[in-house]
Amino acid sequence: MNYLPNILFAIALIAGLGFFARNVKKLIRNIKLGQDVDVSDNKSQRWKNMAMIALGQSKMVKRPIAGFLHVIVYVGFIIINIELLEIVIDGLFGTWRIFSYYQELYGVLIGTFEILAVLVLISVIVFWIRRNIIKIQRFWKSEMTSWPKNDANYILYFEMVLMTLFLVMNATDIHFQLMNSGNVVSQYIAPWFSGLSEPTIHTIERAAWWLHILGILVFLNYLYYSKHLHILLAFPNTYYGKVKPKGQLNNLESVTKEVKMMMDPNVDPFAAPPEGADAEMPAKFGASDVQDLSWVQLLNAYTCTECGRCTSECPANLTGKKLSPRKIMMDTRDRLEEVGKNIDANNGKFKEDGKQLLGDYITAEELWACTTCNACVEACPVSIDPLSIIIDMRRYLVMEQSAAPVELNNMMTNIENNGAPWPYNQMDRLNWKDE
Amino acid sequence: MSEQLKVPTMAQCMAEGRQPEILFWVGAAGSYDDRAKKITKAFVKILNKANVDFAVLGTEESSTGDVAKRAGNEFLFQMQAVTNIEVLNAYEIKRIVTACPHSYNTLKNEYPELGGNYQVQHHTEFINELIKSGRLTIEGSNQLSGKRITFHDPCYLGRANDVYEAPRNLLRSLGVDLVEMKRSRNSALCCGAGGAQMFKEPEKGDKDINVLRTEDAMETNPNIIATGCPYCNTMMTDGVKAKEKEDSVQVMDIAELIANSQNL
Repeated sequence: MNYLPNILFAIALIAGLGFFARNVKKLIRNIKLGQDVDVSDNKSQRWKNMAMIALGQSKMVKRPIAGFLHVIVYVGFIIINIELLEIVIDGLFGTWRIFSYYQELYGVLIGTFEILAVLVLISVIVFWIRRNIIKIQRFWKSEMTSWPKNDANYILYFEMVLMTLFLVMNATDIHFQLMNSGNVVSQYIAPWFSGLSEPTIHTIERAAWWLHILGILVFLNYLYYSKHLHILLAFPNTYYGKVKPKGQLNNLESVTKEVKMMMDPNVDPFAAPPEGADAEMPAKFGASDVQDLSWVQLLNAYTCTECGRCTSECPANLTGKKLSPRKIMMDTRDRLEEVGKNIDANNGKFKEDGKQLLGDYITAEELWACTTCNACVEACPVSIDPLSIIIDMRRYLVMEQSAAPVELNNMMTNIENNGAPWPYNQMDRLNWKDE
Repeated sequence: MSEQLKVPTMAQCMAEGRQPEILFWVGAAGSYDDRAKKITKAFVKILNKANVDFAVLGTEESSTGDVAKRAGNEFLFQMQAVTNIEVLNAYEIKRIVTACPHSYNTLKNEYPELGGNYQVQHHTEFINELIKSGRLTIEGSNQLSGKRITFHDPCYLGRANDVYEAPRNLLRSLGVDLVEMKRSRNSALCCGAGGAQMFKEPEKGDKDINVLRTEDAMETNPNIIATGCPYCNTMMTDGVKAKEKEDSVQVMDIAELIANSQNL
């Protein structure tokens, strides 16, 4: 009896899934470093957004070529993965194509998988060409060097290899070819191996089968280190994404409390705060680091797949300014990862590292270049809101550091003094009537 | 000017013991900026023509705080908001119409949480309503017939609040040749003024945003660039000047196009 392959398979599967579970836990812990925010509203709208935007890819197809190819890869990915179930059962129990018992249905299924595999392969090759040969601008912005650039290509290579292995695995499965049902594509690949001896073909089949499933397990664990996380996070992210009008910025509750107190004539400004009231006071207004952002904003950062549609629509970026909404998201994620690693290295407690998101990652120059036009928010195919992070960081700059550009300080002084951003007398507000 | 504009204030209405149908929120630009004041007056002419019972706050109006909020000064925004809400609620305001998409967005979306609940409309929405209910009739005019007009979507009207059709309906009713820019509606490019940019120099770059947007508009070969925001108007006017086209291309608010073409 030879149970070695079954045992090896079980070990590989447990290791792959176990490592993945560990990373998911870390991911959730990091996202929860963000501030709490109430997202219990508009449930039906939120489900609808998830169904339309993530499941239905409604925003991807705004750009027809990339959108169409992406839909193919996406559908292919989901449908071909049905095959995974069979592979796992076969692997664990040493069976051969367990589902082929229902031969006719099986033929239809595998035939579909094979056609999709070819379509995915073609799409991924076109993606690679768009990125590396045609050099579409948004893939070559300044933040898309080193890891982000390689990451994108590694994902494409992964998919090319996995699809090829799937087809080779079918083509070299002599029994499957003899069945002659569902081998719509692989029957044309099989003759390439016909000169080889049967044991050699069988070895190739086994190798392709093993590499395919191991490749999938490796890819699963690659996700956490990659922009490719979007295949999972696009779903929660579109659910938790903004459901209010795009123009509506949140009103800071902590400020509302202070303002209400200032406006209330019954409040004694010199009264000592009641016991325990300090604990309620926020540490600061606005955001200078990732822990100041909300967990939805941090989820946004992990969901970003660096497609750059936001940046390619950003008026500031289009006119050569440093701001790139994609970079805002990448910086937020990179800093969050750094904070997460810091926590791992220090027994679950963050140790001050003298760094923060503002300044070390995102500069004030980038933040002040934003026109708050919402083009980035509109462009994002997975409901990421880079604008909210920009505003939160501006809030920190202005309310904690008084570090607004001098013209803006003048503008704000004017509003304080005469209720208009320009230095005109409030009493002249109606003069236009008689001019 | 043909006749005196009728611009009652809320204070006068209150003294006379009556409640006007709408409050016209003029906004800081509409009150003080020379170019924007023309838009304000054009809209008042339309209101007068349709016999709309409206009022303004006049000297009791103050900045909505929109620009302070977007510059990051949430304190100043909420101080302004709470003060304005006190005034508006004291006058028992129910409906507000404004020609400024920034005021529109803030009043409509950001005031309710702070205690200010009003029905807020952009002037292009309100004028559409006047036409629909038969209170205002617009005749196609010789002055505009055959003119090519492109409409620049203000971010705070379009993307921010999904109002795309109201301004276009009005332009169509004027019988003009409406041509769209390649970037329009929800993919429209910003004029460059939002987010407090209006009040500061732009960051270092290779072009000004308003120039890029004006180039978008110029591709449609327009006689007139229409818009519905005083800030957009300033930015596009400057852009047209930068392109040295001010003799052949006008930048006009939709209220102005209506008022002028109807000889108001």
